[in-house]
Amino acid sequence: MANMSLNKNPMPTQDPKVRAKNFLEVATGYSEQAALDEAARCLNCKNMPCVSGCPVNIHIPDFIEKVREGDFEEAYKIISKSSSLPAVCGRVCPQENQCEAKCVRGIKGEPVGIGRLERFVADWHNEHSSAVETAPEKNGHKVAVVGSGPAGLTCAGDLAKSGYEVTVFEALHTAGGVLVYGIPEFRLPKKIVAKEIETLKKLGVKIETNIIIGKTLTVDELFDMGFEAVFIGSGAGLPRFMGIDGENLKGVYSANEFLTRSNLMKAYEENSATPILRAEKVAVVGGEMLRWMLQERRFALAQKRFILYTVAPLKNFLQDRKRLSMLWRRALNSNFFAIL
Amino acid sequence: MYKIVSKKELNSTVTMMDIYAPFVAKKAEAGQFIILRVNEDGERMPLTIAGFDREAGTVRIIFQVVGATTTLLNQKNEGEYIEDFAGPLGNPTKTDNLKKVAIVGGGVGCAIALPVAQKLHKLGCEVHSIIGFRNEDLVILEDEFKAASDKLIVMTDDGSKGRRGLVTEPLKELIESGEEYDEVIAIGPLVMMKFVVLTTKPYGVKTTVSMNPVMIDGTGMCGGCRLTVGGKVKFACVDGPDFDGFLVDFDEAIARSNMYKPFEERKREENCNLLNMKVK
Repeated sequence: MANMSLNKNPMPTQDPKVRAKNFLEVATGYSEQAALDEAARCLNCKNMPCVSGCPVNIHIPDFIEKVREGDFEEAYKIISKSSSLPAVCGRVCPQENQCEAKCVRGIKGEPVGIGRLERFVADWHNEHSSAVETAPEKNGHKVAVVGSGPAGLTCAGDLAKSGYEVTVFEALHTAGGVLVYGIPEFRLPKKIVAKEIETLKKLGVKIETNIIIGKTLTVDELFDMGFEAVFIGSGAGLPRFMGIDGENLKGVYSANEFLTRSNLMKAYEENSATPILRAEKVAVVGGEMLRWMLQERRFALAQKRFILYTVAPLKNFLQDRKRLSMLWRRALNSNFFAIL
Repeated sequence: MYKIVSKKELNSTVTMMDIYAPFVAKKAEAGQFIILRVNEDGERMPLTIAGFDREAGTVRIIFQVVGATTTLLNQKNEGEYIEDFAGPLGNPTKTDNLKKVAIVGGGVGCAIALPVAQKLHKLGCEVHSIIGFRNEDLVILEDEFKAASDKLIVMTDDGSKGRRGLVTEPLKELIESGEEYDEVIAIGPLVMMKFVVLTTKPYGVKTTVSMNPVMIDGTGMCGGCRLTVGGKVKFACVDGPDFDGFLVDFDEAIARSNMYKPFEERKREENCNLLNMKVK
């Protein structure tokens, strides 16, 4: 008999007062008990609507069934057949718009916490599994992947599993792309990213950092080096500025610069070699999700007051309830100003 | 990891290193830059390329010990390694169709003006170099400039070497005396480049400046190195580092370059204290 509770097992989190002063992960993850209980909410639908909502078609009911049986390692194997980055996706995928949006349990009550279960399974594997990843038999074909962000890593993982010899070229000194320079530590700890990349390396993927394709090497040279195909996952590109007065003043950051200083270069740490301005009063211009992440980050750095300038209506933010609720809770305890 | 193949102190505050980085050496051109990190957790620091040897696979950097990162770099010795060395980034200095140029270098900026002078000289262009320093002790690369220039003028602030005064004085005299330059290329402190531009502008001599703002990724991703050029936002890393000096908003660039001054000063102090402790 399925667990007919209308609500997901809540995600345990750090106490807001504590987490406002640190950069550790906010959500601390399901316990085994919570995972078993949540897995029991899955109805194991025959037509599997959740799978159709997943961009990589993870066999969701199958892995959840294994969780329910307590066979977490087998659950991991099922996920990893379709996804190269389960610990990352379990944390940062917008499941509420994808798999969970299609969940039958969501018609009346909350959907099954698929993302939370995915995360649990990946974390369990990383912590407990002694299974050694082995590189599959090589098929003798070489592929170059440009950029080690989520696209490049996923491509590299899928190809490596099929026997291709994959080399990933990264312009920065660390692999991970937006996972390391953009998404903050408290949403996605960098050791999780590093662990996923280690797993890819065990599959035989080579990672070359400090190589800027187009500058250090060209695509033509990659072909000359024996690569038969090149996948370009170079990222979102240049930030766009608005061309308004004062945007080049000292203390005005693009989102990318602020995030890169804070995340990739760890400027939030007291002894960081890379500086970041710490202001008491902060205005955020723009209204995408990114700005909310900035905001959260600023919170820990500034602690005083925010002003959010945005041209997007507030309801756009409300779609992301998972992150917003936490933010509001803390915001209401401080001097939070939103100018819309 | 990238090996320091050779290290030489050019004066009390300026050091030259050749780094083994064959991929970078193969592509490097005068005017481009690299980004390095001395050690893990170090900051990313851009440095304009001061030379390269494609066969040996080495890239030359010349830096002034001014902040925490350059202090750390200077502590490394020949045979040791630095963590990261990526490039070449940015665009090479344009040298096409130049028949006669004036190269104006200031301080450690001379280190990166030299490969430009050498390249132009090799291409058969008439090169007049004006290099300026605070005093005799800080003069670098004089012989190299002499070899790459048809005319060389050395300036010092106090007159202890060459002529006394600023680099803009002989530049103005040369232009006034009828030297017709296709281009003036100025590489040095922001203030110097600003005044070179103010000197050449009345005569309408095209002036190129090499900008070296605060930078992180160096690939166009963060926008930290942005400048206003001709009223538009430009990124030094991907649009430059060379720009038309007449169009650069120098006052803004100077203000932005001071953004982390208090931080830098504090860091340097900490580093010096650490050094002091080691000595004890």
